[in-house]
Amino acid sequence: MSISRRDTLALASASVAAASIPMIGARAAVADVPIANVKPLEYKLEKGAELRVLRPAKFIDPDEVFWRENSKKYTEATGVPVRVDFLSWEDIRPQTAVVANTGAGPDIVIGFSSDPQIYATKIADMTDLADYLGAKYGGWQELAVLYGTKWKTKEWISIPIGGGTGPVVYRQSWVKEAGYDKIPDDHAGFLTLCQKLQQIGHPCGFSLGHALGDANGFAQWLLWSHNAMLVDEKGHVALDSKETIAALKYATELQKTMVSGTLSWNDSGNNKAYAAGDIGLTFNGVSIYYVLKSSPDPKLNQIAVDTQHQALPKGLAARSPMSATPMNAMVFKHTKYPNAAKDYLRFMMEADQYGPWLSNCIGYWSNSLKAYSQMKFWSEDPKLIPYASGMDTPYYDGFKGPVTPASSAVTANYTVVDMFASVVTGNATPEQAAKRAAQQAERYYKTS
Amino acid sequence: MDATTAETSLQWVPRRQHSWLGRLFDSKPFLVTLCMLPTAGLLLIFLTYPLGLGLWLSLTDTTIGQPGVYIGLENFESLFDDPVFWNAVWYTVFYTAIATAGKFLLGLWLALLLNHHLPFKAFIRAIVLLPWIVPTVLSSIAWWWIYDPQFSIISYVVVNVLHLRDHYFDFLGSPWPARWSLIVANIWRGIPFVAITLLAGLQTISPSLYEAALLDGATGWQKFRRITVPLLMPILSVALTLSVLFTFSDFQLVYAITRGGPFNSTHLMATLAFQRAIPGSQLGEGAAIAVSMIPFLLVATLVCFFGVGRRKWQQGSDND
Repeated sequence: MSISRRDTLALASASVAAASIPMIGARAAVADVPIANVKPLEYKLEKGAELRVLRPAKFIDPDEVFWRENSKKYTEATGVPVRVDFLSWEDIRPQTAVVANTGAGPDIVIGFSSDPQIYATKIADMTDLADYLGAKYGGWQELAVLYGTKWKTKEWISIPIGGGTGPVVYRQSWVKEAGYDKIPDDHAGFLTLCQKLQQIGHPCGFSLGHALGDANGFAQWLLWSHNAMLVDEKGHVALDSKETIAALKYATELQKTMVSGTLSWNDSGNNKAYAAGDIGLTFNGVSIYYVLKSSPDPKLNQIAVDTQHQALPKGLAARSPMSATPMNAMVFKHTKYPNAAKDYLRFMMEADQYGPWLSNCIGYWSNSLKAYSQMKFWSEDPKLIPYASGMDTPYYDGFKGPVTPASSAVTANYTVVDMFASVVTGNATPEQAAKRAAQQAERYYKTS
Repeated sequence: MDATTAETSLQWVPRRQHSWLGRLFDSKPFLVTLCMLPTAGLLLIFLTYPLGLGLWLSLTDTTIGQPGVYIGLENFESLFDDPVFWNAVWYTVFYTAIATAGKFLLGLWLALLLNHHLPFKAFIRAIVLLPWIVPTVLSSIAWWWIYDPQFSIISYVVVNVLHLRDHYFDFLGSPWPARWSLIVANIWRGIPFVAITLLAGLQTISPSLYEAALLDGATGWQKFRRITVPLLMPILSVALTLSVLFTFSDFQLVYAITRGGPFNSTHLMATLAFQRAIPGSQLGEGAAIAVSMIPFLLVATLVCFFGVGRRKWQQGSDND
C-alpha cells in the first residue's frame, strides 16, 4: 500500500481537526461491570449549589461528548447546574496553580499527575468517596492509589479518573514478515525484531526529541526495563548507575534500527509516520488507532485492521514497565459546595455514567477502578486489551521516589530524554551523560 | 426674571473670580502632570510592575503553587553552573548575530531592487511584506512541515522529483543542522521588516544627489558607498536596534519547531526561561533566566544606537 505525501498532509490536518469524526462503538452496556453491594454514599447537597469544573481538553471527540452528557444527567437528577470548561493540556497546570493560590475559581479541577500532592493542603479529603468507590467497583488500580493518596498513607486527596497509556503499536503483517507472531519480551529479542523490521524496509521509530509524552514514555521504558531509576525510595537521585549505563548502550543499538529524523519528532511525529506507512512499530496511546479506524479513507481503515497493540517489553523488569498519565479530580477547600462537588464526582464514577464514557473513548483513557476492566468492549476489540490494564502498574513519573513536584519538573525539562538523545547521537559517552543528567535532576530534587 | 430681559440686556458683567479648582486647572504644571498621568499609569501597571515582579521572582525560590522566599542570588549562582543555561546564552547570541546579519544583507539587497521602477510596484511591495504579516505561529508551523524528517517538501523535491539524493534530509535531528535551519526560518521572517524600512529610507534620499554624482562620473559602487549608505544610516540604526531586540527575544519560532531539542541545542534564553518556569514550574529560576537577558539587550541596544548611528541627527541637528 502506498500513501502519498499529500494524503498524509490531509490525514495530519484531519487528526488535528478531529471534531467531525462520528462516534464509534455503540453505547456499551454497563451490565458487564461487576458491582459490589455497598451501602450507598449519600451527600447532603448544599442549597443553591452550583459547580464549575475544569478539566483537560479532549484529544478524541467522545471524551468531551460523553463527559458533557454525563454532567447534564447530573444536573437533571439533582438540579445542581454544572459548568465544565475544557482546557488545553499545557494550560491545566498553570491554571491549577492560580486556582490554588488565589483560593477562587472552579470548585473541581481535574489535573495531572503530581498536582494533588503539590496542593495537598488546599484540597479536600476524599477518603470517604474513594473508599466507597473502591469497595463498590473492585478496588483501585495500583497507579490510581499512587497518585490519589497522600504518599504512603491511606488518606485520599483526589479521585483518579483515568490514565492515558502508551503500549507498543505495530503493523501485524510486517512483524510477521520479520518472522515474529508477537513482540518479544526481552531486550535482545526486541532489538533483533527492530533490526529485522529495518531490513525489510519497515523500521521502528521512537522520539527522543522534545516530545513531552512520547519521548518521556520511551526514555522511561528504557530506564525501567533495565531496572534503572531516576530516584530511589527515599527520593535521592539514583540516575548515575550501571543500570542506566546499560540502558544508554541499549538505546544506542536500538537507535540504529530506526527511521531517520526521530530526534526531531514532537508528540505527533510517530503518529504521522505510522499513518504514512513509514514506520512499522512505535509506542503510543490509542489515538493512532482511533484516527485510522474512524477515518473516512478506506486506505487508513485498512492500516487500522493491520494494527496491533501489546504491553511494552518487560526487559529485566518483573512487570511491563509502562506508566500512564493520570487525570485526577481535586475538590478545592475554597468551594462553597463541597458535598455537591463530591457527589458530582461520585455520580461521574458510577457505572451508568463512567461505563459509556470509558467505552466510547476506546482505550484513550484506561480505567482507574478495577471493575471497569471487565467491560465487554475491551475484549470485543482484542486490539484494546493492553489499554484495559493501563493503570495496573507500579510505574510512575519519578519512580521509585515519593510523588513530588520535582519529578514533574524533570519530565518537563526533558532531563532523562536529553540524556538518551545525547548518547544515541554520539554527542556524549554514556558515563558523561548519566552523570550530567543526574546533576540536572539533582537541581530539582534539592529544591522540593 | 423672564427670558426677554436676559436676551436684550447688554449689561457688562464683571468676570467672576475663579474658584480654587478653576485656578488649579489654569496652572500649566498641574495640567501637564494630569495629562501625563494615564500614560504613566499604563507604563507603571503594564511595564514597571511586571518587570519589577520578574526581578523579584528571580531572587526567590517561587515554584508554581508555592510562594517562595527570598534567596538572594542563589538562582543566578546555580544557573552559572548549568551547562544548559550557558548553551542557551551562547546560541541566543549566535542566533541573533547570524540572523540579524542575514536579514540586513538580504533586506538591503531587496530594498535596493524594489527601489527601481518595476511593473506592479505596489503589488510586489505588498507581497514582500507577507512573511512579516502572517502570524509567526502559522509560519512556524509551515517551517516545521518544511523541515519534517518524513514529509519535507524540500526533501520530496530533491529526492523524489530531482533524484539528487537517495534519502530525506534530517533538518532538525542533530544540533548544527537544527540551529542553522532555525536561523534560516528567522531570516525569512525578518527580511520584510528590514526591506520595507530601508526602502522607506531610500525613498527619502533626493535623486538630485545621484544626478550630481553621475555628472561627476561616480561608479555605481561609489554612489552606493558615498550617498546611499551614509544617508541610510539613521534609519538603519533604528531598524537594526529593533531587529536585534526582536531576534534576541525570539520565542515562537523555536518553540513551535524544536522546543529547544535535540538535547537543548536550540534553546534560546526565552524558550529555556519558559520551559523552566511554566511546564517545569520553577518560576524563580525561569525569572532568573529572563532577567539574565536584560544586560544583553541593553548592550545590544547601546551598541546599535551609538555604534552604528553615531550621528548628530540623534541630537536633532544636521549632519556636518
